[in-house]
Amino acid sequence: MTGTHQTLALVLFSAFVAVTLGITTWVSRNRHGSAEEFYAGGRLFSPMENGFAIAGDYMSAASFLGISGLIALFGYDGLLYSVGFLVAWLVVLFLVAELVRNCGRFTLADVVAARMRERPVRIAAGTSSVTVSVLYLVAQMVGAGSLVALLLGGTSGAAQAWTVVGVGALMVIYVSMGGMRATTWIQIVKAVLLMGGTIALTVLVLAHFHGDFNQLLRTAAARSGHGSDFLVPGLKYGGSWTARFDFISLGLALVLGTAGLPHILSRFYTVPTARAARRSVVWSIGLIGSFYLMTIVLGFGAAALVGPDAVRGSNAAGNTAVPLLALDLGGGADSTGGTVLFAIVAAVAFATILAVVAGITLASSASVAHDLYASLRRPGGKQRSEVAVARVAAAGIGVLAIGLGLLARDLNVAFLVGLAFAVAASANLPVLLYSLFWRNFTTRGAVWSVYGGLLPALALVVLSPVVSGSPTSLFPGVDFQYFPLENPGLVSIPLGFLAGWLGTVTSPEPPDEAKHAETEVRALTGAGAV
Amino acid sequence: MEKHDGRETAQPRTGDRGGAGDPWYDALASGWGELDGTGAPAPAVPAQSVPRERSAAGVYLEVQRSAAFQEVRGRYRRFVVPAVAIFFAWYVAYVVAATSAPDLMARQVAGSVNVAMVAGLGQFASTFLLTWLYARHARLRRDRPALELRWDTQEMTRGIADSTRMNGSARPHGAGRVRGSEGGQW
Repeated sequence: MTGTHQTLALVLFSAFVAVTLGITTWVSRNRHGSAEEFYAGGRLFSPMENGFAIAGDYMSAASFLGISGLIALFGYDGLLYSVGFLVAWLVVLFLVAELVRNCGRFTLADVVAARMRERPVRIAAGTSSVTVSVLYLVAQMVGAGSLVALLLGGTSGAAQAWTVVGVGALMVIYVSMGGMRATTWIQIVKAVLLMGGTIALTVLVLAHFHGDFNQLLRTAAARSGHGSDFLVPGLKYGGSWTARFDFISLGLALVLGTAGLPHILSRFYTVPTARAARRSVVWSIGLIGSFYLMTIVLGFGAAALVGPDAVRGSNAAGNTAVPLLALDLGGGADSTGGTVLFAIVAAVAFATILAVVAGITLASSASVAHDLYASLRRPGGKQRSEVAVARVAAAGIGVLAIGLGLLARDLNVAFLVGLAFAVAASANLPVLLYSLFWRNFTTRGAVWSVYGGLLPALALVVLSPVVSGSPTSLFPGVDFQYFPLENPGLVSIPLGFLAGWLGTVTSPEPPDEAKHAETEVRALTGAGAV
Repeated sequence: MEKHDGRETAQPRTGDRGGAGDPWYDALASGWGELDGTGAPAPAVPAQSVPRERSAAGVYLEVQRSAAFQEVRGRYRRFVVPAVAIFFAWYVAYVVAATSAPDLMARQVAGSVNVAMVAGLGQFASTFLLTWLYARHARLRRDRPALELRWDTQEMTRGIADSTRMNGSARPHGAGRVRGSEGGQW
């Protein structure tokens, strides 16, 4: 990576940061600081705007660089991974989006607390939402650090550390100044940039092979050194039965976890009606689906044009496959075209990270202020505006994420994204589905289902090979590994559902018929929705 | 907007609705301590100011038992339950086959395209298809009766104690801003 690349990429980074800061200032110019405004952007976004924002919130750098890198290195198994991210949206569309829009106000806990005793339920759902957000956030921060170091060639620890601090500071500014309105516009801009960049590269790859997908696959397979094995599953997730069960576990977590991600749920509150929420999900499925289809072309394109050896040589996980492909498609390392395309890809990846972290920070500040602080503050304590608390919470979460990001800087945190999905699927999804669909669900069932999914998921990860007992662990020196799988979803998701059922049937209080009727009527008709 | 936000703030913050406090209108659930627009602290509204001949809970139970609501719920469930079963089974089958039946997945279909590739792209195709079917079903079969139920329910809860906020938000926020086909009806 020469100096020209760096300069141009830095200019584009700075342009994006300037534009997003401009957006933040513009939308906060005459804000009135209500909770409605801060958490939900006034609920006035159109379905198309929200659809783009959802796509911008969801497609992380792990998708853009990680999945195409996986395909470039392991062929089909990268595609296998991306399918889960898309199919998950059917759960969101069918079971969650409209109903949550109709019965909630700002957070997941709103939907559950409407039927139950509010305090314990809010504390439980708030805790699990913040846990999911922090796990996801740390993965993004560490990813940002190593990504910028990779793309800009600055491999020094200081460059990485400053990137983590810079990303953290920017996301706190976006969220605390501009709230949901600024976050949404940043996500829309990012989604447009990401789709534009991906479409351009895909067209270039297909043009290179004269539109012959078959030829692309054949060249990729030949160059990979694996032959036809490159086009079938098994290079990464095959082998031992542990590895296979691990992938099944990850696949379940991806499909069921998306509907429990707090930053995705909070996006449905930014549109006026349930019908608009549905239409925004349809938009986002179109965008996300076509994006993942294009990453397949990019991944195989990188394998065919750059070659797995060059990709692996630059970054063992394959994260630089797309930037290298861009360089190659533009005409090579010393050409103007290559330099420009490379810089664009680097800037898009950076924009992607900023938009995703802003969304997560906003959602977790809502969980802290709207759920946890509201339930835990002393009744006689000083009254503070909820939005002020949320702003402070955003800064606190930013500091926490920066701290954890710096600590985890040199660790292998790739498992954190899968873990965040697993916790969301184990702790958030069961309580949400039970509240929306089960007549007899009780407060005890709700609390048990949250903790019954959250605690096993976290405990199993601590006992798994990602923490100890293998050379790639966080702590390779010690061995307290008792659970073989890296992703706890296969066990913890059923446990979350089981705990909710058990808590409900052992509950001393009878289920509240009237509250259930109210939830059901409101969820399906939108009566009384805010 | 401002007016609406102000009304939302003006809610009873104390649990004067007894143990059966309705969480939707509960102080905790709403923007507690909000000092927006109006800037005035929320006044306490005595709950017993309106006679409770017919409670909000009663209204919802009545609506839930009505034939019109049962029809809407039935239409939703008759689409969603089989659809969820189909895509979930198809996805699990795909993941299990990919991890445990490599020979099946490696079978050639045409050129370099094998069963694995067809199945993977098939997941994309089925997701797009189900999305389109669901949106179409909801638009044609569910939106209109659901909207009628919504207005009827809000009409019935109007004037009932504790429903200040419900009346305040009877019209969705979007009503003030007409956008394409989104406006008017919703």
